[in-house]
Amino acid sequence: MKSISDNRQMEEMREKSGRGRGNKRLIPGFGLTMGITLAMLSILILIPLASVLIYAFRMPPAEFIEILTSESVRWALFVSVSTSFVAALINVVFGLILAWVLVRYEFPGKRILDGLVELPFAIPTAVAGITLSRLYSDQGLFGRALGHLGLRVSYTHLGIIVALTFIGIPFVVRTVQPVLEQLDPFFEEASSMLGAAPHTTFLRVVLPELTPALLTGFGLAFARGIGEYGSVIYISGNSARDHTQVASYVIMQRLNYMDYSGATAVALVMLVLSFLLLFSLNLIQLKQHRRTGDA
Amino acid sequence: MKRTAMNHSSRRMAALGMAAALLVGLTACGGTAPTSTGGAGSTQAGTAGSAEAAGEQSYHLTNVSYDPTRELYAAYNEAFAAHYLAETGNTVEITQSHGGSGGQARSVVEGADADVVTLALAHDITLVEEAGLIQPGWLSEFERDSSPYTSTIVFLVRGGNPKNIHDWDDLTRDDVDVIHPDPKSSGAAMWNFLAAYHYADEKFAGDDAKIKEFLTKLYSRVLVMDSGARGATTTFVENGQGDVLVSWENEAIATVASYPDQYEIVSPSISILAQPSVAIVDGNADKNGTQQVAHDYLAYLYSEEGQQIIGQYGYRPSDDKVLAQYADKFDLNMKLCNINDFGGWDEAYKVYFSDGGVFDEIYLR
Repeated sequence: MKSISDNRQMEEMREKSGRGRGNKRLIPGFGLTMGITLAMLSILILIPLASVLIYAFRMPPAEFIEILTSESVRWALFVSVSTSFVAALINVVFGLILAWVLVRYEFPGKRILDGLVELPFAIPTAVAGITLSRLYSDQGLFGRALGHLGLRVSYTHLGIIVALTFIGIPFVVRTVQPVLEQLDPFFEEASSMLGAAPHTTFLRVVLPELTPALLTGFGLAFARGIGEYGSVIYISGNSARDHTQVASYVIMQRLNYMDYSGATAVALVMLVLSFLLLFSLNLIQLKQHRRTGDA
Repeated sequence: MKRTAMNHSSRRMAALGMAAALLVGLTACGGTAPTSTGGAGSTQAGTAGSAEAAGEQSYHLTNVSYDPTRELYAAYNEAFAAHYLAETGNTVEITQSHGGSGGQARSVVEGADADVVTLALAHDITLVEEAGLIQPGWLSEFERDSSPYTSTIVFLVRGGNPKNIHDWDDLTRDDVDVIHPDPKSSGAAMWNFLAAYHYADEKFAGDDAKIKEFLTKLYSRVLVMDSGARGATTTFVENGQGDVLVSWENEAIATVASYPDQYEIVSPSISILAQPSVAIVDGNADKNGTQQVAHDYLAYLYSEEGQQIIGQYGYRPSDDKVLAQYADKFDLNMKLCNINDFGGWDEAYKVYFSDGGVFDEIYLR
């Protein structure tokens, strides 16, 4: 019902603003901007990715399968996906809390804290990796304390998760923050005035509004984690036997010996994984959008 | 109305600006790529700058090298530029590039404009040769298999040698944690592996099963496998991991020089003579017109001055007389095998380090 009236409204608005077919007049330089967009996308994304595909398909299928089924490659892919998944989950929880604090409260130093969130984007990943590996090694500040609890972090899967959490946190915060800013606190007030307990308000009023943003942040952090190299290799220990090699490390290993086909095969799998991941997230969002749209 | 007009034009300006930026970016990329003799690019050392006014020629060389040679070549480049100016009246400016040996070789194959390569092992130079950039026969172009300096593999232990580590046997002990880079990505680690293999080979008189058992034991003690030699040194020194670092002799010497009381070098009874090789990248040098100066650059490594610098930076000079002067720095009593004991690099790489090779067999079992 609502969607129909929505559509009608939209049409009216379009007529008023003279949009519709008149697109070209109101968005100046459409040809130029679209041209630049297509050129950039092709030069920077589509053609490089297509060349990975072409390179991979030139390989004899038997060789391709042999590379991908080798134990070290299977483990590396599994480790990359699972640690990125866990790191992305951690980021969803703590990213939400961080965004919440940044949006809903006023406190001294808020601006600085807000800026700090973006640091993982700016710091060279190798620097982050070396610093983290040192802090979390059993001689380091955190590592020593955690060691008393019987936890080894650097050079284990935990270490990989720490590094991936570090690089992924801005994705969640920066996608949730603007949505939270738009979310009117009156909703929450209304909910509690109607007698809902705080957790009910959070679960049934706030969270549904934030879910799309959280999912996007999760997907971005997850996808980034699967491909991450610089920050991970210094903390992971890269042991094939302890299964602490990540997929991007296996690619570098092979590139170092100019084993291009091996590297491409692994890269292709990562490409497909990331694509499927982002695609399914979009699908979920689309479904959700429809559901909330109909409700 | 006025405002929309403003918007209009400002948007158009923005679009034009973007387009212009894009164009500038593209042409800038196209423009800088082919220059190599112009003297642009990041130079780290070796400028003999202002003498250009004499009307003599000025050359620009790019030396693509491996990780630990950074300091060595920074010093050598300066010495060579001064020597070259005095000898020929020409100036030469040298750009250095450092990284893992295999990756550096790959960058040259993929188009890095190196005039010379000075890499950790001959096999990496062979990769460049196979791409058609270096003419066959480079190995005998300079003296001593084109290795102006050599090094070997030693152990670096913590001060006072608390774990009492003296030879390869000690690395298989249960109470010893070993730091050793990944032979599947680091040139240094391949030398390490072959040195250990040779020790086991001598110890068990070629008994294949026992050799592999020994190596399996040794590599089960490896705590962290970094992707390269420098990373392994960081793990051992900065992060305090492990009891012994299997390392280049020159890296070990440099570490002990920086932290005199905290580390000691232990020479195992048997090790390997690591011969880092040098070669002119003919394909690039011919194109850049630097064939002659590149040759002089590499040949001067064998001169008295070159050999002295090599000794000072912890590499073993190939000249026996100069080497003797540094006898207190290097343990010259170590028994050293060399790559020919393994049938040369191509053979060694195939047998030990390719997928499913000896290293995979002993490490993953």
